[in-house]
Amino acid sequence: MTAASVTNEPKFLALLFSRRAVLIALIVFVVVAGLCLLATLVAPADPARMSVRARLSPPGGDFLLGADAFGRDVLSRLLFAGQVSLSIGLGVAALSSAIGVIIGLMAGFFRKLDAPMSRLIDAMMAFPDILLAIALVSILGGSIVNVVVALSIVYAPRIARIVRASTLVIRELPYVEAAVALGSSTLTIMVTHVLRNILSPIIVQATFIFAYAMLAEAGLSFLGVGLDPTTPSWGTMINEGRQYIDQAAYLILFPGLAISISVLSLQLIGDGLRDALDPRLAKDM
Amino acid sequence: MARYIFKRLIGMMIVIFIVLTIAFIIVRLAPGDPAALMLGPEATAEDAAALRQRLGLDRPILVQYLSFVGNALQGDLGESLFFNQPVTQVLAGRAEPTIFLSLFSLLIALVIATPIGIYAAYRRGSLLDQAAITTAMLAASIPSFWTGLMLQRYLATDLGWFPVSGYGGPDTGFLERMRYLLLPSIVLGIVNSALILRFTRASMLDILGEDYIRTARSKGMGERRVVLRHALKNAAIPIITVVGLTFALLVSGAVVTERVFNIPGMGNLVVSAVLRRDYPVIQGALIVVASLYVLINLLTDLLYLVVDKRVKY
Repeated sequence: MTAASVTNEPKFLALLFSRRAVLIALIVFVVVAGLCLLATLVAPADPARMSVRARLSPPGGDFLLGADAFGRDVLSRLLFAGQVSLSIGLGVAALSSAIGVIIGLMAGFFRKLDAPMSRLIDAMMAFPDILLAIALVSILGGSIVNVVVALSIVYAPRIARIVRASTLVIRELPYVEAAVALGSSTLTIMVTHVLRNILSPIIVQATFIFAYAMLAEAGLSFLGVGLDPTTPSWGTMINEGRQYIDQAAYLILFPGLAISISVLSLQLIGDGLRDALDPRLAKDM
Repeated sequence: MARYIFKRLIGMMIVIFIVLTIAFIIVRLAPGDPAALMLGPEATAEDAAALRQRLGLDRPILVQYLSFVGNALQGDLGESLFFNQPVTQVLAGRAEPTIFLSLFSLLIALVIATPIGIYAAYRRGSLLDQAAITTAMLAASIPSFWTGLMLQRYLATDLGWFPVSGYGGPDTGFLERMRYLLLPSIVLGIVNSALILRFTRASMLDILGEDYIRTARSKGMGERRVVLRHALKNAAIPIITVVGLTFALLVSGAVVTERVFNIPGMGNLVVSAVLRRDYPVIQGALIVVASLYVLINLLTDLLYLVVDKRVKY
């Protein structure tokens, strides 16, 4: 069953939302992402405007979620920082999928490349994600693009492994044999016949990578080895708020909640997509 | 079986060889001169030239690579630029807290996750099952450093139940040092229990639907015996697999948790090494941890033989 054929059926949406938690997760994620995207319109204040008088103001009054050590509005910063955190998650999901698909398709399709590519995937997966990301970001530098590139290198092997395994199965199916017999080019077969039929597991895995990448970026920024501290992300907000944890725990409470809610929603959506796109993968997990 | 182990050992060596190659390449991915990057913006051209010579960066790349791999295979991972000591020595000096932190958290994760996973599978669809799955997913969604900071603030600083941070002084006894690891281990244990819980539940669900479980029940065997003796024994393999896979998660978690609780372990060392531009230490840590991961996964595969007599290689 292909992703394309399933998504054409109204049954797909019914299946996807058969679990109420998935529907709620999607609504929550769309609301969070929408508010962050529209930050310039909905943010109550300029996220960079400082006010000495408002230093560490608790939530309520003029500052719905409080003010930070420079008197900046936490809610506004949260919305703008969300743009960065969500963009990194989305960027990593897209780029790691692209790299993973190329490596996985080549490993699964060309027998001679399978062994070396598979060992490369094994070796890449032996590095704990944060550790490899720390090493890469420390070398490449802490810009948004570099963090996306570093985390994509970290997560691409996960996609590559899934694509390779699915390609190995699909490669042997009669319709691929038929395409070969009809004289289709290798590239056409790989893209039209193989890739199209393995989109479901890629989409599911990319959703999870979106979530993991947001967590990893937050971890890197918290450690002070990720994004430049002047670029606001939910991770850098927690790192900044850390020194005021005794007087103003809300400075780390709200960005932490924002990360957790987004990641939880994405994981629930990923679970729902897995069940809806390929019920054989559901495995009751 | 000897043939299988030999084949796996060869496979493991190939993977470690690739790990070494990746670690070698990473430092050379730096735009410009790696020596200048390590020394920082204040360094002069002479300093950079001296460091290039000291690290052998002035030699042809192939010579550098061969000498790097050759040295690494002999246990020489270079010298720390900050400590002026061999990297292996620097890493070994920081290994104790990281090893115990990882072991305690794994233990806590297993104690939390295994019984809940079994019970959730046994009572599939019940309120407890739903609660267990949701909690596991929640635990996997919350950044571990955030949980750490929050618990540190309320349980250690406010209530004084645990030491706030650190690992004691040089005269601190072993048990006291372990007390410093309690709260960090709980934090890391909670995070890692999520994956183990989901795996335990899924494996138990598979097994509880098997014919031999139905047979055991139809013979009139007590439920406790069916679940604990028949089902759990057969669920051991997937659970061992996930414990092996948890290693990478534990190390990633330890890096961040050590920073939160200011524990002088390997994770903290790596983060400090990034800030000090001590690249040989980062490279060394990558190699040691990835090699350990490969080794642990080989050991878990071999453990199958002990746990399940049906497995033949």
